[in-house]
Amino acid sequence: MEEMEQTGEEAKTGFFARLKSGLQKTRSSLAGGIENIVQGKAKVGPELLEELEETLLIADVGMETTEFILEDLKKDVAQNRLRENDEVLKHLKGRMIEVLSQNKKPIEFNANKPLVILMVGINGSGKTTTIGKLAQKWKQEGKKVLLAAGDTFRAAAIDQLQVWAERAGINCISQKSGADPSAVAYDAVQAAVARNMDVVLIDTAGRLQTNQNLMEELKKVKRVIGKVLPGAPHETLLVLDATLGQNSISQAKLFHEALDLDGFVMTKLDGTAKGGVLLNLSGELKLPVHFIGVGEKADDLQAFDSETFVDALIST
Amino acid sequence: MFENLSDRLERIYKKLKGRGVLKEADVDEALREIRVALIEADVSLPVIKDFLAPVREKSIGQEVMKSLTPGHQMVKIVNDELTVLIGDEFQDIQFASRPPTVILMAGLQGSGKTTTVGKLAKRFKEKGKSCLLVPADVYRPAAIEQLHVLGRDLDIAVYEGGDEKDPIAICKKALDNATEKMSQVVIIDTAGRQQVDEELMEELKRIKETVQPHEVLFVADAMMGQQSAEIAKTFNDAVGIDGVILTKMDGDARGGAALSIKSITGKPIRFVGMGEKLDALEPFHPDRIVSRILGMGDVMSLVEKAEENFEREEQEELQKKFKANAFTLEDFRDQLKQIQKMGSMEQLLGMIPGAGKLKGLKVDNKAFVQIEAIINSMTPRERARHNIINASRKRRIAQGSGTKVNDINKLLKQFAQMQKMMKKVSRGGGLNFGSLMGGGGFMGR
Repeated sequence: MEEMEQTGEEAKTGFFARLKSGLQKTRSSLAGGIENIVQGKAKVGPELLEELEETLLIADVGMETTEFILEDLKKDVAQNRLRENDEVLKHLKGRMIEVLSQNKKPIEFNANKPLVILMVGINGSGKTTTIGKLAQKWKQEGKKVLLAAGDTFRAAAIDQLQVWAERAGINCISQKSGADPSAVAYDAVQAAVARNMDVVLIDTAGRLQTNQNLMEELKKVKRVIGKVLPGAPHETLLVLDATLGQNSISQAKLFHEALDLDGFVMTKLDGTAKGGVLLNLSGELKLPVHFIGVGEKADDLQAFDSETFVDALIST
Repeated sequence: MFENLSDRLERIYKKLKGRGVLKEADVDEALREIRVALIEADVSLPVIKDFLAPVREKSIGQEVMKSLTPGHQMVKIVNDELTVLIGDEFQDIQFASRPPTVILMAGLQGSGKTTTVGKLAKRFKEKGKSCLLVPADVYRPAAIEQLHVLGRDLDIAVYEGGDEKDPIAICKKALDNATEKMSQVVIIDTAGRQQVDEELMEELKRIKETVQPHEVLFVADAMMGQQSAEIAKTFNDAVGIDGVILTKMDGDARGGAALSIKSITGKPIRFVGMGEKLDALEPFHPDRIVSRILGMGDVMSLVEKAEENFEREEQEELQKKFKANAFTLEDFRDQLKQIQKMGSMEQLLGMIPGAGKLKGLKVDNKAFVQIEAIINSMTPRERARHNIINASRKRRIAQGSGTKVNDINKLLKQFAQMQKMMKKVSRGGGLNFGSLMGGGGFMGR
């Protein structure tokens, strides 16, 4: 409840400032490293590349992607005869933005009514919180939002979503703990159609991507939704925790294999976590990143913008 | 967990062991590959640096370079350092001499604190301890309710704080409640927090001062990325942790966080969460984990055993014989005896990297006995010059050893193959008894 009061006052701080302050730590680490290199006397040589490599690795970009980016950068430098370090940095940034924005695709509200969003991810990635924040945001924008408490496994997960629904002043479809999540999803989509909702957000229990039985359960949830409303879910979003490392790649691949994902949400970017793994995911899976969580307050969930993201990461 | 890291290391090791001579450049190449393997396993970069420096220093030392098996020696160094990094034995939570033992849980959001409280409580209950669970996460919606549900499922008491919204007040009253109830263990669940949230860190410190816990447990996600070392350090610096619990280990986490957190805090990893069920909490045995990471059973013991059992002079003597092509059936019998001294073949095979994967590979220790019997039934001249063994000699040897002529033929054929291989090995410089045992074909019957 405390959160609510705080959010009222600070709600209008602006996306830019909020993202930047959220990413402050990130910036000071990743960009700080690069800025130091840029301001220093380093020439575009092995030392600069080594420093860049380290900075990218610490940002969880991963070995493979880091090598790829640096190889690319080396070519760029040679082709364009870049001599100044800030030029090198500009090229690096440009390439990163390119990779991150190539799959850009907005969530379409108008094409589908109700818009059905299925939220999936591993335990503790922040699915329920993300749903709560999105619900609040869209409710404020005047949309008719319905929630579905599809996490029938974890103790009190249903209560958790209901608290968010109460806060936002919207309804939450739920059954008792231990119920079949497909049944909850079925009820929710049916109710959303009947009540002429704009959007229905379906929560699911967290599961590790390697747990085949639970992945099968998710497939079933998705199938059942499609039976109630052909074409739904319109967005199956994977929620990724920015504090995690290269395992996010395995998560994305296996969830995508099972569910044919439509995009990502990355949470917990307000810590020192950098989420560099998104570079790999954007490049490999060609899926858009829709939202990022940069703080704990309801409106700290923001639309992902690659330019702002990279800008906040590497500002000169 | 760790499978991927172990695969990578295994490949690097294989390359290393194939080398008779180890140059500084070879060491550096191996170190580079190990670095990549560790980075891909999400070990924090500063931790990797601290790890590789002593490995390099020791590997390029005189002793390794000059040894007969430098590749093996370097593998041993890497493994030793890895053991230093992870620790050696399982360290359980110690109960206070005067109950209640107070345990404080801390960690980032979504790391799995509340679920782990349930798992720990179940473990204590099974040990006959009475527990009181304290919900002090007043921020996350329904976190308190979650702990109450777990308590109901496990039939373990959960402190009822009513409408109290101050976590410190909750903890204080809960401790009084525990004394009244004569609870033996109190587990306090706190709110997840970002390391950058100073306000919440401050709150955690105040909770610690208030409850004076015997054990502060840092709960961390095993899949954490490069930040794991820094995050663990922040918690350790701010509140001081006594142990670590790693959660979500049942996935395909590469487990680098385990190395990073242990290395940076020096605090033992006590348990790992291996599943969603409340009994999926396992003690963390660093020694076993090391051999899991190395995916190889246990090369260290193998190297040590070999060192114990193969006297250096004997090895050198043998090597001379290989080179002169003077390796006889008698030498072969002595070798077999030495190998047998090291333990059963199954046991030895289990220590060879990769051999663990050859499931169903049966090794018959009796095969050695038979070979020995056959050689024993030969005359000294026959043993020295196996070429003179003709059909009639074979019949006599078979009778003497209780075998068939066919067995004698098999042995002689295999021995000839082995001699050929020996020549190759000795040209390579080192005595690679791994290939001697594995490639000879004597066990693969």
